[in-house]
Amino acid sequence: MDLSFTPDEEAFRHEVRAFYAGSLPPSLADRIRLGHGLTKDEQEAWQATLARRGWLVPHWPVEWGGTGWSAVERYIFDLESSLANAPRPIAFGFNMLAPVLLKYGSEEQKRHWLPRMLDGSDWWCQGYSEPGAGSDLAALKTRAVRDGDDYVVNGQKTWTTLGQHANMIFALVRTNDTGRRQEGISFLLIDMTSPGVEVRPIITLDGDHEVNEIFFTDVRVPVGNLVGEQDRGWTYAKYLLTYERTSMAAVGSSTAALAWLKSLAAKQQRGGKPLLDDPLFAARVARAEIELANLSTTALRVVAAVAGGGAPGAESSMLKVKGTELRQEISALARRALGPFAQPFLPEALEDGFNGEPVGPPDAAAVTPQYLNLRKLSIFGGSNEIQKNIISKMILQL
Amino acid sequence: MDFNHTDDRRMLADTLGRFIAGQTDPMARAEAAKTAPGYDPAVWTRFAELGVIGALFGPDDGGFGGGGFDIMVVFEALGAGLVQAPFLSTLLAGRALAAAGGRADEIEALIAGTMVIAFAHQEGGAGYDLDHVATRAERNGNDWVLTGSKSVIADAEGATLLLVSARTSGEVGDRDGVSLFLVPVQASGLDVRGYPCVDGGRAAEVRLDGVTLPATALVGTEGDGTGSIADAVAAGLLALCAEALGAMAVVRDATLDYLRTRMQFGEAIGRNQALQHRMAALLIEIEQARSAVINAAAALDGPGNARERMLSAAKYTIGRTGTLVAEEAIQLHGGIGMTWELPMTHFAKRLMMIDHQLGDEDHHLARYAALSRAA
Ligand SMILES: Cc1cc2nc3c(=O)[nH]c(=O)nc-3n(C[C@H](O)[C@H](O)[C@H](O)COP(=O)(O)OP(=O)(O)OC[C@H]3O[C@@H](n4cnc5c(N)ncnc54)[C@H](O)[C@@H]3O)c2cc1C
Repeated sequence: MDLSFTPDEEAFRHEVRAFYAGSLPPSLADRIRLGHGLTKDEQEAWQATLARRGWLVPHWPVEWGGTGWSAVERYIFDLESSLANAPRPIAFGFNMLAPVLLKYGSEEQKRHWLPRMLDGSDWWCQGYSEPGAGSDLAALKTRAVRDGDDYVVNGQKTWTTLGQHANMIFALVRTNDTGRRQEGISFLLIDMTSPGVEVRPIITLDGDHEVNEIFFTDVRVPVGNLVGEQDRGWTYAKYLLTYERTSMAAVGSSTAALAWLKSLAAKQQRGGKPLLDDPLFAARVARAEIELANLSTTALRVVAAVAGGGAPGAESSMLKVKGTELRQEISALARRALGPFAQPFLPEALEDGFNGEPVGPPDAAAVTPQYLNLRKLSIFGGSNEIQKNIISKMILQL
Repeated sequence: MDFNHTDDRRMLADTLGRFIAGQTDPMARAEAAKTAPGYDPAVWTRFAELGVIGALFGPDDGGFGGGGFDIMVVFEALGAGLVQAPFLSTLLAGRALAAAGGRADEIEALIAGTMVIAFAHQEGGAGYDLDHVATRAERNGNDWVLTGSKSVIADAEGATLLLVSARTSGEVGDRDGVSLFLVPVQASGLDVRGYPCVDGGRAAEVRLDGVTLPATALVGTEGDGTGSIADAVAAGLLALCAEALGAMAVVRDATLDYLRTRMQFGEAIGRNQALQHRMAALLIEIEQARSAVINAAAALDGPGNARERMLSAAKYTIGRTGTLVAEEAIQLHGGIGMTWELPMTHFAKRLMMIDHQLGDEDHHLARYAALSRAA
């Protein structure tokens, strides 16, 4: 066994670090560290920076703009990106839709949609969940009926992340009621500027606007926007979900968050000593650090299996459960570290150009909202309970 | 042995529960937090008329309650309604004044609901250490001059007076040498900068920049404030724990209801044994927490070390359980549990924030251990 990276991999790691050191504006890194979203313009500008470097879509095939990196190199890139607190490209188009198009889309669809992702023409969002269809996705009711060269779509999607910025949505729609529920679902690309599409904000418990409800009333979608075959969308949707989960170990983001937590706790006083010297708090931090070291190796073991030709299957469910629990725990520790200063609710202090007096330690205003916001990690992307069901079934065969 | 509240307390709980259900809206809490004072003064007056404030004080202080179980009954009802009103401030300030003595007029005004006094003790660098007082009071002829700052002080904007702790001798962290002063909010040199809190309500950063007060502003005996502060905080700890019990019951019921009604995979999600066990575990923890609060209420009027130990035991238990209940409730609600629109999430946030008031889980666990060694 050898846990070290090869010299080439180490060199690659340095190349990635150097890129971020030179190209990532510190103000953006700060925003990411504090869990505060970027504006649409900032996000697009950063994605353009990555595109210029050729690193926007490492996992795509080289002929479409990918880098041809090995699984280990991709892992290193993800890790270093998180450690640098670099904004991540919005996953819906690049990481979710693109693999589906590459595998199931027509040549024409690939040639049309993939370059538009790269040059920033389209911002994609994911239209899977509905009020009655969350964990039980196949219960979805949004309907598409063929009418000449169009589908006519009626229904509602919900929890649509950043739908307020998107001009395109890939949606699962029902096209057939006969047979198994999974067999009547189609995968449709819908232009959100079409008549009949309405986006309404959902405010989350941290007071933020990140998710939306989307209503479709007689929305006409050209049949050319159907991916693959009609009624076969479930297969494509499930293929996409495995992509969603593998990135959720969040080793890099937890590592960065833990480092920040320690610097925060070192500056907080408890009983005349730094909080980091408080035995109970120190034990909590140590536990998180140990979990993280363990998770890092667990994640690498999955990567190594993939590099050796295996496919990430139910193992990605393990990474998702552990990774999200750990990230949540670190955010809970940051809240704990603030003591009484976890209470003030000052969203305006997180805005650029805020020149009021902060309350408590620097960046305190971000901590409780981020803790609240990150409760989502164990709910979306297949809830952690659903991941455990998958593990029970696929690995344990129970 | 009798685990029932007395008839008087049961009546108080009933009256209060009915009033809260009819007059206060849990969702109004977040809205009210946007502007000072952060609560509805008319509702506060009604609480006073109902005698609820009087129930927090003993007959010697002009009230008709004041025992541990009186505080428990009142605050549990407040928690169940997510009421935003200066109850905790009033309890803390009133109890400290009562312990220090000689302030019957102010306590009477508190009970009548005509005056709010904010308890301005906590400081920025203190963590949860009650002895950490860096604010100083110095004599200038017959006057006192106060300089320093206080952090996250609830209800300071709407108050008539602030009860400020300041050091008249000794060093930061010393038990002795802390005195209490009543400071009018309009005193020159006093700066109160208010803001909303995550769980509704408002607090403020308070700065005292050479605030000059007459000799009569000193409460009780010079240098003797620590005991009064401890007395106030003891009652405050019990109050927070009882409030959490009320909030936990609401969150529990809402989650149970959701497990029974939310359909996925053709059945209520509560049909999944995995979720049944999660809910069963919560129920056990909540009952344990109730016992902890009963222990603390029974100990409040008893001797020092045992009282403080039971209070820390309760606050530790509530800190841990409250957070657990809040996090589990959100998780079991799925996406809906992440929304502002759902009342449950506001109760959950209140539970989380109770762990940041008067000492968190770790603080009280360590304190319990230290008190046990000293016993
Ligand atoms: C912040 C956020 C962003 C999101 N972004 C998007 C997006 O961009 N696009 C999109 O399509 N969706 C998105 N989602 C939706 C997300 O995928 C769903 O919330 C998730 O699938 C859970 O569904 P639900 O909310 O309906 O909860 P439910 O499925 O109703 O689940 C409620 C609870 O029951 C549990 N449960 C359900 N079934 C079982 C079972 N069989 N066994 C054990 N436990 C079970 C769940 O784990 C959960 O704890 C987002 C959600 C959030 C919170």
